[in-house]
Amino acid sequence: MRTRTWAPYALIAPTLVLMAVFLVYPIGSVVYYSLQRYNVTQPWKNGWAGLDNFKQMLFDDPLFWQSLAFSAKWVFIEVGLQLLLGLVLALIVNETFIGRGMARALVFSPWAVSGVLTTGIWILLLNPSTGIFQQLSQWGIGSPGTSVLGNPDTVFDALVVTELWRGVPFFAILLLADLQSIPKDLYEAASVDGASRWRRFTSVTLPHLKDAIILSTLLRAVWEFNNVDLIYTLTGGGPANQTTTLPLYVARQAVDSHNFGYGSALTVAGFLILLFFSIAYLRLSKFGSRA
Amino acid sequence: MTETLTRPPVDTPPPPRQPTKRRRRAVAEEPGKPWMIHIPLVLYLLFTLIPFYWMLVFAVRPSGSTQLVPWPISFEHFDTVWNDIGFGVFFYNSVVMGLGVLVFVTILSVMGGYALARFKFRGQRVFLLAMLCSQFIPGAMMLIPLFVIFKGLGLLNSLTGLIIAEVAFQLPLSLILMSGFIRNISVELEEAAMVDGCSRLRAFFAVVLPQLKPALVAVGSFAFIGAWNQFLFALMFATRQDKFTLPVGLSYTLGEFNTDFGALAAGGVVAAVPVVLVFAVVQRFLVQGLSAGAVKG
Repeated sequence: MRTRTWAPYALIAPTLVLMAVFLVYPIGSVVYYSLQRYNVTQPWKNGWAGLDNFKQMLFDDPLFWQSLAFSAKWVFIEVGLQLLLGLVLALIVNETFIGRGMARALVFSPWAVSGVLTTGIWILLLNPSTGIFQQLSQWGIGSPGTSVLGNPDTVFDALVVTELWRGVPFFAILLLADLQSIPKDLYEAASVDGASRWRRFTSVTLPHLKDAIILSTLLRAVWEFNNVDLIYTLTGGGPANQTTTLPLYVARQAVDSHNFGYGSALTVAGFLILLFFSIAYLRLSKFGSRA
Repeated sequence: MTETLTRPPVDTPPPPRQPTKRRRRAVAEEPGKPWMIHIPLVLYLLFTLIPFYWMLVFAVRPSGSTQLVPWPISFEHFDTVWNDIGFGVFFYNSVVMGLGVLVFVTILSVMGGYALARFKFRGQRVFLLAMLCSQFIPGAMMLIPLFVIFKGLGLLNSLTGLIIAEVAFQLPLSLILMSGFIRNISVELEEAAMVDGCSRLRAFFAVVLPQLKPALVAVGSFAFIGAWNQFLFALMFATRQDKFTLPVGLSYTLGEFNTDFGALAAGGVVAAVPVVLVFAVVQRFLVQGLSAGAVKG
């Protein structure tokens, strides 16, 4: 089977072309633009800028640091809570009970919903005049007219819960798949040895899930870092840039201000941060070595 | 693939005098106490379903009504979004984009996945590494260079351009998944077919493809859902309203305070129903497929 032939190259050729044009070349040009003054609305100023964009970013742009800090907080909280709830959910729907297939389909379903649609649904749910809080206050719970999205004290919590609604199924699906690949005899052996339910979880289930957990948290951390749809449409980064992540900041530079040079410098920074984070994470977690 | 895991438990008939209590201990997993499963499950179901229900209620009750169980059902909002706001067009664009991405991602990932799984070739490791690395590239951050490229290629405001960009972004992960699936299919049958005089291509269609069906369903539906939900590219590269996809159209009906909630909800239902249905059908394959080895890498 494994002979020298042109066949594998022919098979990956279309993929290579697509990746070259739409991934490799753009990355190269982002690096190039980051060294330029490049603003579509002020073309007469365009030209070589050297490291000016990066200097401005590091020393002269509080919003860069603020958005970076918010990104870190956002990723940490979202991934942590999604993993925890996703694991619990996976364990629950891995049990045997009546209606399990239906329950799985229902609790996983928000995974298929887009960020924009999630925003739409939660704006309806949280709106102050006809939303869930208004309804609850009619039943005597809470106070009427609560606008959780307009209030700087509650907007972050609302954002976190909204993203959890859509994000938990991702972990639940991946972890459920991995739970099902655990050989049953391991549990049988543990039971025969008199291991309690909790003991079986910590010494059979968790070690088996380790690699899946490392990989899914890393993928999800990158994904949540890059996630723009939901925040862009739900809060737009507000109020007062409170919920602006780094990619959202970039997207606004691109879509609203058309400042491509500075936006590219921010992009390069974001890419490097993600790369270092990923390498460090895989190293520290000893991915691939079974405990 | 999972045959070894589903081996039936060795069942020895119990000696007649043994009390039933002891027998139960030998069973590997006694079911958990019902409240440990049902209470959290019901709570989580409420968390999942109330938001969906809220949207549905807004979509089918007339403006101004605040009934929790709307009756009679009104379709005025659907009429508004479909005909006046243009969701009919957006829906068509989304379907074209979703199916286009599905077809190309599936075909290209089978081709590339087969190359990775069944050949050893120079540059294989670099290729795999490049595809893994591509997962760290933020889509939002590629907006600027992609915009310039699209403008150069004349692909702005075209569904073709959107399809190509989305395929390029989805392909790496799908290809890696697919190569995992193909690796799980035993080589022997394929080799036997080739010894019997089949060409590699015929052996692929006769032996590999039929076994690949669950993988095709999983990867294809992933691709469709991803394309259906793509927002940023569509927002950036389609500026003319007749090229909007559903997420872009929906984003223009948003706004917490000055929104026509009925229209927003009806548009949301239009955007949600196809993907949620697709997902409900394929989620079983998704879990099975991932469980068959792809996650373990």
